[in-house]
Amino acid sequence: MNGETLVEVQGLTKHFPVKQGVFARGKQVVHAVEDVSLTVRRGETLGIVGESGCGKSTTARLIVRLLEPTGGKVVFDGRDITHTSQRALRPVRQEMQMIFQDPYSSLNPRKSIGQIIAEPFKIHHTEKDARTRVRELLERVGLSPEHYNRYPHEFSGGQRQRIGVARALALQPKLIVCDEPVSALDVSVQAQILNLLKGLQREFHLTFVFISHDLSVIRQVSDRIAVMYLGRVVELADSELLYEHPRHPYTAALLSAVPKPETNGGGYGRRRIILGGDLPSPVDPPQACIFHTRCPRMKPGHCDVDAPQLRKFDGDHVAACHYPVEKWPISEDELRRRPGVETGVD
Amino acid sequence: MLIYIARRLVWTLVVIFVVVLITFVVFFKLPAGDPALRFAGRSPTTAELALIRHRLHLDKPFYTEFGYFVKNFFTGDSNGWPGLGYSYEGDIPVLQEIEQRAPRTLFLIAGAGIIWLIFGVAIGVTSAVKRRSIVDRVAMGFALFGISAPVFWLGLMSLFIFWKELHWTGGSGYVPLTQNPAAFFSHLILPWIVLALLFMAVYARLTRGNLLETLGEDYIRTARAKGLSERAVIFRHGLRASLTPIATIFPLDLAQLVGGAVITETVFNLQGLGWLAVNSVFTQDLPTVLGVVLLGAVCVALANLVADILYAFLDPRVRYA
Amino acid sequence: MSEAGSGATLLEVRDLSVRFRTRDGVVQAVSNLSYTLRRGETLGIVGESGSGKSVSNLATMGLLNRSYTDITGEILFEGTDVLKLRQEQMRRIRGKDIAMIFQDPFASLHPMYRVGKQLAEAVLAHEDVSRDAAWNRAVELLEAVGIPNARARARDYPHQFSGGMRQRVMIAMALVHNPDVLIADEPTTALDVTVQAQILELIDRVKREFDCGVILITHDLGVVAETASHVLVMYAGRPMEYGPAQEIFTGAQHPYTWGLLESMPTVEKRLEILVPIEGSPPSLLHPPSGCPFHPRCKYRFEPCDGERPPLFRLPDGHLDACYLPPERKRELWTKRIGAELGVT
Repeated sequence: MNGETLVEVQGLTKHFPVKQGVFARGKQVVHAVEDVSLTVRRGETLGIVGESGCGKSTTARLIVRLLEPTGGKVVFDGRDITHTSQRALRPVRQEMQMIFQDPYSSLNPRKSIGQIIAEPFKIHHTEKDARTRVRELLERVGLSPEHYNRYPHEFSGGQRQRIGVARALALQPKLIVCDEPVSALDVSVQAQILNLLKGLQREFHLTFVFISHDLSVIRQVSDRIAVMYLGRVVELADSELLYEHPRHPYTAALLSAVPKPETNGGGYGRRRIILGGDLPSPVDPPQACIFHTRCPRMKPGHCDVDAPQLRKFDGDHVAACHYPVEKWPISEDELRRRPGVETGVD
Repeated sequence: MLIYIARRLVWTLVVIFVVVLITFVVFFKLPAGDPALRFAGRSPTTAELALIRHRLHLDKPFYTEFGYFVKNFFTGDSNGWPGLGYSYEGDIPVLQEIEQRAPRTLFLIAGAGIIWLIFGVAIGVTSAVKRRSIVDRVAMGFALFGISAPVFWLGLMSLFIFWKELHWTGGSGYVPLTQNPAAFFSHLILPWIVLALLFMAVYARLTRGNLLETLGEDYIRTARAKGLSERAVIFRHGLRASLTPIATIFPLDLAQLVGGAVITETVFNLQGLGWLAVNSVFTQDLPTVLGVVLLGAVCVALANLVADILYAFLDPRVRYA
Repeated sequence: MSEAGSGATLLEVRDLSVRFRTRDGVVQAVSNLSYTLRRGETLGIVGESGSGKSVSNLATMGLLNRSYTDITGEILFEGTDVLKLRQEQMRRIRGKDIAMIFQDPFASLHPMYRVGKQLAEAVLAHEDVSRDAAWNRAVELLEAVGIPNARARARDYPHQFSGGMRQRVMIAMALVHNPDVLIADEPTTALDVTVQAQILELIDRVKREFDCGVILITHDLGVVAETASHVLVMYAGRPMEYGPAQEIFTGAQHPYTWGLLESMPTVEKRLEILVPIEGSPPSLLHPPSGCPFHPRCKYRFEPCDGERPPLFRLPDGHLDACYLPPERKRELWTKRIGAELGVT
């Protein structure tokens, strides 16, 4: 990893209009992604983690320009592709690929595996001897070249994801965006795919953007991690720094909520931050700090008035919080402290 | 909910306007030749043609002509509301002709509709509950028969058997309800059943399919897990969800029969609206054809409105969206 | 399986086998499964998709369609074999003495009835009270599971609730008649991790307050570690290992359990490489001979594909279906797996 930038995203924003019928085209929008800035360095894996509706998948699609941003800028390998037309994007497309969560629904059931993987060659007219190349790819992702003429339904979930990986690799891209690639798989198979991705990264010097809701998966694969909440990046840091000492209370809550097998059984002895209430609506996100409605460290008159900017901590560690977590793991009292949000639990 | 209804209402008016526009273009502008000649019937005199040109404003520019056409339709003409013009072939206002025919068609549709809705749903539910049993197979075999048997053949066969041979029912033709209620029913019972049969078959299959799909849903398992009786599970939870789509296609099916029950009306000689339309085509009575077409289209648009409102009423997810 | 436990035996499953007759053949969904649930216990049943963990509990609830399912063995609930009960008798137990929560809270509630009505219906299914009384009980239960503003929310429809709130409603529904056994089938799989924490805590509180036995079905060993007092590991419809949670997490005996533990990524540390279980789970139409795990097992040797291994009895109520000699396992655990996981 040489630290050179491959993707740079500045102030990235995406609003989706709320559909309200023919005669009432309202001005309400879903704030899916709001002012996200980050860089992806060559050869690294940037993890983006967050719960459903936090905008992580939208961010991924904006980066590879499957969606057009409402605001901000996307620079890929020195080229500004923020508003490039789909036609003009085609040469760039070869260099960035995507792997999806549900391998089955992203594979055409009427085409054989060979045809599916050879497809990118045809679209981009680069390889003449597609067949040989496809066989090589199949072998590299742990499938047998004999699978060339089989159809997607004949494969298990893990094998289908291998097919998805092979297809993404076909054009030797620089960047692969993986959107929840292992969420639909059983744990034993999940590890196979994670190892495969890791091996491929080393071999082909790939850069990954890895989207997941699973904090343990993210930790295994990522060099750096961005934590998203309600469309914004609330914390961004080197993987180890983030897990050793999360600064943002939301990250802390996420980390503490993950059940761990090392607890040795026996129930609820472990301390965890239980967040109150529900995720606010992205149509009408909270003012000031977006997390203040659920934050255990919320200070009235400050957090609900003044929006925190991303602040630097040690190294590249940044977090957007007025009252960041000073010590990790935090004390019992602090764990149970709660803002004026009712949950009924307890 | 009120906003929703208002929105659908406005939308319906727009649709009706577009329908009127298309009808106008199809009848007046698309065919080559003199529209007056077409509207005049079979053997017009020069004086008649001049009168028609004047009445239909054919002598004015396109937009004025259309303006009068729309104005007449929505606000009525000298013959009453809605303004549908004058039939030169029959020498009678089209509206009057339609008023005379409409009750026949409406009684036919209403009776058939009640029959097919009740029996179609009942057969569908029985079939779904007793899936893969003899009952199911017989019911679905019957449904296939209902869908594939031609109406004219069914009509003639039923007339032959129940009227000619068995003397159980009245024959063809129509007897007004006010004149002789017994004869009214006796003459309509066969057309009702024949017309209902096709829809009954469709509704039975639809109900069966919907109910089977619903019974596979997770919330049905929840209902069972609560300890509800199988009866409550199927009728309260299963049917509630699977009848919603049926309730919303029902008004549409009724509406399209307003001008569309041609074969039934012809076979049983009921002389309703569908019969009128087809008959007018044969006699080249274009104003009448135009009138029935407009009326039928407006009925479908209104039925659409009813279906939309019904749907919102039945499904809270639409209501609160 | 009957070893040291706290309360009275609630549920005893003996030699349960479930077979589905399908067009492609007979699916051997569950085979020779036995376990016991006591009052105050949380039994975690762990397995991957197709392991039979859900099917065995649907059998307990009487929710399998018997027209194409063959069930053998016994499921004793307080001494009565529920498999022998007639429909109506089973209905009276379902939702009253044994209640169940399902995986997908988005699909498990009827979209067209108010939440309060669905709860009231559960009340009326087993109790002869007025509609008003049932409604009030519904509101009380919604309050009890932590739905804010319960009286007003009871009049809402399911789509107006978030996933976590819907799962709370499902839990409230299961609690209507203070059941003895609460079966939770992947109750948090569809939920976000912070919401998962809320729901797991709620289930645990419910177990203590209502003094019932809980069966928690999950694929997530982390969830089990945090909530279960006992663990049953299933693979290909068969029990692989059973024991007190403490035993399983500090001294797992079965190579499949090891595989699960090793292949699971953890938030605690970054592993250089994850150790996956190679291959994929077997087809239940044609399960392998002998130990169903042997085709994927790193430690297989001669006897593994022959006779099916029985459950070997170990100290502390620990049961294990593997032919490897205990000394060899202890060695493997302490030298490799345990060390890798940082447990000894």
